[in-house]
Amino acid sequence: MTPRRRRLILVLGIVAGVSLAGALALNAFKRNVTFFFDPTAVSRGEVAAGRAFRLGGMVTQGSLKRAPGSLEVRFVVTDFSHDVPVSYTGVLPDLFREGAGVVAHGSMRGDGTFVADEVLAKHDEKYMPPEVARSLKRRHGESRTGAAPGAATPAPTPPPSTGS
Amino acid sequence: MLPELGHFALILALLLAGLQAFFGIAGPMVGRDRWSAAVTPALAGQAVMVATAVACLIASFVGNDFSVQYVADNSNSALPLFYRVSAMWGAHEGSLLLWILLLALWSVAVAVGSARLPPRFSARVLGVLGLVSFGFLLFTLATSNPFLRLDPPAPDGRDLNPILQDPGLAIHPPILYTGYVGFAVAFAFACAAMLEGRLDQTWARWTRPWTTAAWAFLTCGIALGSFWAYYELGWGGFWFWDPVENASFMPWLVGTALVHSLAATDKRGLFKSWTLLLAILTFSLSMLGTFLVRSGVLVSVHSFAADPSRGIFILAFLIVMIGGALSLYAWRAPLLKSTAGFELGARESFLLFNNVLLVIAATTVFAGTLAPLISDSLGLGTVSVGPPYFNPTFMLSMLPLAALMCVGIHANWKRGRLSDARRAILLSLLAAAVLGCGITFGIYSNGHVLTPVAMTIGIWIIISSLIEPLYRVRRHLSLPRALIGMTIAHMGLGTGVIALTTVQSFTVERDVSLSVGESATIGGYTLRFVGVKPVEGPNYEGVGGTFVVTRGGKPVAVMIPQKRQFWIQHQVTSETAIRVDHGNNLLLALGEDLGAGRWSVRVQVRPLVSLIWLAALIMAIGAAIAASDRRYRAARAAESAAGVVAERA
Repeated sequence: MTPRRRRLILVLGIVAGVSLAGALALNAFKRNVTFFFDPTAVSRGEVAAGRAFRLGGMVTQGSLKRAPGSLEVRFVVTDFSHDVPVSYTGVLPDLFREGAGVVAHGSMRGDGTFVADEVLAKHDEKYMPPEVARSLKRRHGESRTGAAPGAATPAPTPPPSTGS
Repeated sequence: MLPELGHFALILALLLAGLQAFFGIAGPMVGRDRWSAAVTPALAGQAVMVATAVACLIASFVGNDFSVQYVADNSNSALPLFYRVSAMWGAHEGSLLLWILLLALWSVAVAVGSARLPPRFSARVLGVLGLVSFGFLLFTLATSNPFLRLDPPAPDGRDLNPILQDPGLAIHPPILYTGYVGFAVAFAFACAAMLEGRLDQTWARWTRPWTTAAWAFLTCGIALGSFWAYYELGWGGFWFWDPVENASFMPWLVGTALVHSLAATDKRGLFKSWTLLLAILTFSLSMLGTFLVRSGVLVSVHSFAADPSRGIFILAFLIVMIGGALSLYAWRAPLLKSTAGFELGARESFLLFNNVLLVIAATTVFAGTLAPLISDSLGLGTVSVGPPYFNPTFMLSMLPLAALMCVGIHANWKRGRLSDARRAILLSLLAAAVLGCGITFGIYSNGHVLTPVAMTIGIWIIISSLIEPLYRVRRHLSLPRALIGMTIAHMGLGTGVIALTTVQSFTVERDVSLSVGESATIGGYTLRFVGVKPVEGPNYEGVGGTFVVTRGGKPVAVMIPQKRQFWIQHQVTSETAIRVDHGNNLLLALGEDLGAGRWSVRVQVRPLVSLIWLAALIMAIGAAIAASDRRYRAARAAESAAGVVAERA
């Protein structure tokens, strides 16, 4: 084998490897990308049945319910146009609270309940996940960042403003 | 008064950085050595000014000066002193200032360490570094000034984000940034070499210790971040493929490729253009990391800032820097020609595979990180990409990389005769397979199909790395630090592969509901819930749940995970309880009061998870040892002393 031929084989091998990896990555991508829907999209039936997706919106005030002592918790996610009841079994994240934004991963059950296997409340100091903020903006033409930290008090209080 | 002084110092630093860039780049270009000589004083002045600005900001934090907007937003008079200092880099503005300070420190280190380099070349390096400083200083002053005053002053501050009130996070950004910024040095060396048209292998040799040192810091920084996420966020994982984590991981992957490609360029004068491109790419990804994290474009817990003007500025800056470097490359590319050849089985080939696979891994991470952003901005719907995508695609390039490494480590430069090493390769593989399968089926007894494979590869890496150093010790041959460092770093990688495999295959986690006096058994551990009691800290109050943990009837620990409510931001955080026992990390996170006297608690048993962070530390130590090799320090004398000289002891 001449050096040139050898180099050709090397280059061809690398190209083949890269294309194979690319094809596999694209495939993994297509199968594993998770879509985000808001309650309005869910109630319009935009979600393919049985497919896992991420549901985002605000947790309705006073909707959090659990049977005493049970790990299963139920709450309602709303975008102020439509509501979706959610059921989740497990420990809720620290940042989860009524009146704040939430994103849950799971799928729809036949009775119209969203069964979450993961609840995320990862968001910034505005208590609003960016996808939820965008979705609310789209549905209402405004971002309801005012419905914020109702941690200690049931009534929403505005965030402390600096310089007051 | 102090904030104004800091602001003024920052403006002076900007001017001095501009001078540093001008003299460093223009001086050698027009052949004025006196201009080139002015670079060092300009750098010294810039560094002093930046340090002054940082000192002023820290003083404002320590002195609770809530007339400064940034202090009022990120501190509070009840915050302990330690966190008042670390709050300096707790948000966007301060972390940029930290970035600039670290860049100044790296530049000073380069100025001191490159005293033996040709003066024009080192002027160019410092000039390019000055240009980067200038850009970041301009960015800070124009869009993110930390010294802005608040009128009237706030009575008290809004407090540092409670999840950042932790020793791990106090030191994570400085170390991570030291790594990020360190790649600016490799970038500057590459640009200086292109400006000078001196594209032989000398620039690669001069860059190597700097790049390896930066890589060591980045490794430590990423590991610290992962450790912090594990114990502080309360979810108990060590890696979430969160965009911010990916933003630091991409420069790490490409930086690893750069470290290896520099070896081929240094030793054999090969892959010169590829190495230049990698140096540019690594630093670009470091800057992109800053852009992704700090502009708030990504959905992430770390994105505190959400001001698009900043993002646009960084984007413009990125385009200028990367575009400039790439144009320079296009201009100089005709000068690049490799004369050396190599055979298919030679070490060069394996380094090439290493580079290709690492870049593929970085590309898949890049695609997964940016896909949600692209999909969203094109109106294709809001999507998210998580572990189901990242885990398999990442493994797809990493497992072959690890296996090829075990063979390539025995290969010689230039000559592709692996037959000499065939016995060592096969024997080490056999030993690793026996051990790997033994551990998988003997100790842990179940797992995924890939578990024994990955375990074998991890052990194989460790054995393979040890073969050459042991051979040298037995023959009383010299052991250069570069070889010792490389061996340690590779063993660290093997350790990491083993730990990752164990954690991914054998983790047990469950959320349970317990009433006082009740017990639950998870992963062999029995925990009995004793009760909850209130706890109080300087700026929070909360509850702590007491659990008595036993294993097979024998007491292991009393663990008290806490739930804390911070007064100022009304934020709740989990203070997890962690105990290491028989190599298992037992993590408890207290959930909430479920009513009827029951509490929820998250229980995770992760075998060998501590080994992941230890592995990163081992890799970083190895890199540090390699970077301190004598042959890099004697820059000019090195030409003759290069290579490994056999010595009789």
